Amino acid sequence: MTTWWRRPSRPADPLIADLHDALAPDRVRNDGAERSLTSHDASVFDGGVSGPVCFPTTTGEVQAIMRIAERHDRAVVPRGAGTGLAGGAIPLGAPIVVCTGKMNNVVQIDLENRIAWVEPGVINLDLSKQLRPKGFHFAPDPSSQQVCTLGGNVANNSGGPHCLAYGVTDAHVLAIEVVLPDGQVAMLGGLEDEPDGLDLRGAFVGSEGTLGIATKIAVRLTPNPPAVRTMLLSFSSVRDAAQTVSDVIASGVVPAALEVMDQPMVTAIERYVGAGYPTDAAAVLLAEVEGLDAGVDIDVAHIDQIGRANNATEIRLAGSDEERAALWKGRKTAFGAVAQIAPDYYLHDTVVPRAKLADVLEQIYEIVDRHEVLVLNVFHAGDGNLHPLLVFDAREEGTLERVHAAGAEILRASLEAGGVLSGEHGIGVEKQQYMEELFGQADLDHQNRLRQAFDPACRANPGKVLPAGHSCADIQALRDVPTGVWG
Amino acid sequence: MSTLASTDVALAGFAAEVGTEGPVAVRGGGTRWNLGGVLTENARLVEVPSGIVDYQPAEMIVTVRAGTNTADLHASLAEHGQTCALPERGGTVGGAVAVGENRLDRLGRGSVRDAVLQVRYVSSEGDVVTGGGPVVKNVTGFNIPKLLTGSLGTLGLIAEVVLRTNPLPPVQRWLRAESVDPRDLRDVVLRPGAVLWDGTSSWILVEGHEADVDSEIERVATRADITSTDGPPELPPHRWRLSPSDASQADRFIDGSFVASIGVGTVWATTAQPVREPDPVAAQIVSRMKQLFDPSGRLNPGRSSWT
Ligand SMILES: Cc1cc2nc3c(=O)[nH]c(=O)nc-3n(C[C@H](O)[C@H](O)[C@H](O)COP(=O)(O)OP(=O)(O)OC[C@H]3O[C@@H](n4cnc5c(N)ncnc54)[C@H](O)[C@@H]3O)c2cc1C
Repeated sequence: MTTWWRRPSRPADPLIADLHDALAPDRVRNDGAERSLTSHDASVFDGGVSGPVCFPTTTGEVQAIMRIAERHDRAVVPRGAGTGLAGGAIPLGAPIVVCTGKMNNVVQIDLENRIAWVEPGVINLDLSKQLRPKGFHFAPDPSSQQVCTLGGNVANNSGGPHCLAYGVTDAHVLAIEVVLPDGQVAMLGGLEDEPDGLDLRGAFVGSEGTLGIATKIAVRLTPNPPAVRTMLLSFSSVRDAAQTVSDVIASGVVPAALEVMDQPMVTAIERYVGAGYPTDAAAVLLAEVEGLDAGVDIDVAHIDQIGRANNATEIRLAGSDEERAALWKGRKTAFGAVAQIAPDYYLHDTVVPRAKLADVLEQIYEIVDRHEVLVLNVFHAGDGNLHPLLVFDAREEGTLERVHAAGAEILRASLEAGGVLSGEHGIGVEKQQYMEELFGQADLDHQNRLRQAFDPACRANPGKVLPAGHSCADIQALRDVPTGVWG
Repeated sequence: MSTLASTDVALAGFAAEVGTEGPVAVRGGGTRWNLGGVLTENARLVEVPSGIVDYQPAEMIVTVRAGTNTADLHASLAEHGQTCALPERGGTVGGAVAVGENRLDRLGRGSVRDAVLQVRYVSSEGDVVTGGGPVVKNVTGFNIPKLLTGSLGTLGLIAEVVLRTNPLPPVQRWLRAESVDPRDLRDVVLRPGAVLWDGTSSWILVEGHEADVDSEIERVATRADITSTDGPPELPPHRWRLSPSDASQADRFIDGSFVASIGVGTVWATTAQPVREPDPVAAQIVSRMKQLFDPSGRLNPGRSSWT
């Protein structure tokens, strides 16, 4: 058989030509459609049209891209699934975008060390699915886990409902192979419990793509618990629900999850999927405990008692796996439910001390009332991690301004309560301008030094995280949510 | 005004003492004094403030100054049925964080690196710098607490930390087990506090609710000959840092006696671990980091974070 092909002519743009040579022409996209696709992530920010979009398949190709970027003096933006909510993956000023989607192999599952080596484009849930038959899972379970990548989880130090007992991504990453902005490859961390030298691995996790590109990650495997119990507790005030959460934590029980939904959220969920949550309750608390049979029953009794002491109006214990799944179904479809209410949303993310949850929530209700914005709350109460979800219709004149003003006040209320700007979504371009309200100048200066040690030329995802005097892009309307994404 | 900036006069006083010039180091508990190299003779030793600043058992966090004795911290936590990832072996809180070594029961208590939520330190320029934040979950900005933990004081002199605390398990029992592969012990118990092995015998710390502990001990008994014991074996002095799989074969390459932490990888041995070459590119980042944080090289001169 004769095959014949014609070598496509070398592109005129020298940057594109170099990228074609290093990867393959079909894995370097420079058409307007692809470049504007990557101008967004799941946040409300718009980065504008990016430079060329690359799909490397190996660490070597990522190195080549970095070296080409250096030669052409272009910035590089790593990108996973683009589900970030702080604008971390959006391009600022036509950088080269490096999509990790084709680096999606689970390289090795090592049960002896209870780790897996994965490429950064592996989807969070895909890993746990592969591990389940072996009796393990990857503990961080962001609500976006059906689509978000492990590289994105590492870069954002992502959390999820089940990170209360097990810790967020950081506690589940042992080693990271990173391609630095100068094209060199570093191995950060190791399978040892206390690797030598500075904890560069710990510095990299949560760095939002500003220190380099993770090309291989060793993640910790968590054994599946033999016994799980899920409870639903209803309350006639948000304060009672919040107090129950504080009291449970204070009592020494460490539940696997403690999630609160307020009445507007529960109502939206019920209209959407009919999970069987009580719509007359001011707040609903989902509590889950895991472990061995006898212990989980003791924990359930304990939580039940604390709930009663805090005036729970109803307490349900799921009697079977089906009932457990039903209780979680509402929580897991919360974001999909929101899309039914108004065309646009802005999901906030702050952390406050658990004892301040009720106070800050009351402030949030007052703030949104004053700005005539609707809020729904569904949050990781056990960590004090609030997720006020502002819903609105951006087409109405003046709405965006009110949403922004309410959001800023919510952030400030959280800081004044002794909290921080973000529990899991990161800073990205969203919260840079608030960093100075939390940190002093010397503090931010030292964060910048950390960054410079990895990326002296400031080539990896510049303009993110630290306030740098560039102005953030405009908030813009919600785009259609692909089915399944909101899992 | 930033909400995290320190207004503590004791820390300001410490910063003034550190000053802006000349080689300087903190006088710690001295338990791991020569780790990372011998301090140069010209270094001025400064006293770091001590004491628990704020302890909120219900929040499971404690704010503690670096000069506090770890034993005193643990005594205060125990009054509220709590503990933390810092070793109890003596020395100061600042020293324990600067060294970053985990406890023997690390499987149960977690790692020091995961426990440090916020750190305040005095920089090479004599400023009090704050990194992290006083809450249990936080991704606001770069992770300075991770960078400082285990840095052996080479990037900043640690003055105060906010630590995550954990509830003490209701019941803890040490067992000694014979004729069993220690990895089986690890697999048969859901969340052991520790699994140790000296090449012949194994030790396991079973913990949790009493009923669970009883059923786990019964399960262990079907695999091994067990006796209850007061605690772990005596640990040899040298610390080896290995992967869990290497640690469970420590008998093949460690001469002399040893105790290996199964599932963790740390091994205590009578001989020292041969020096390992650092990853060359990571080493470049480390030296740039030192240069950026301490351009004049005045903090803990003579010590290096590669131990
Ligand atoms: C419906 C919905 C629910 C969500 N729920 C949660 C939740 O429960 N908990 C939570 O924590 N987050 C949640 N998120 C936010 C988001 O899903 C997470 O931050 C996720 O980890 C991002 O992964 P990604 O692959 O989409 O990354 P992207 O959005 O593509 O990128 C995120 C950041 O990571 C960087 N990055 C990506 N890959 C790499 C790499 N290989 N190396 C270096 N940097 C890289 C990017 O530059 C960017 O800064 C949710 C988002 C949505 C839309």
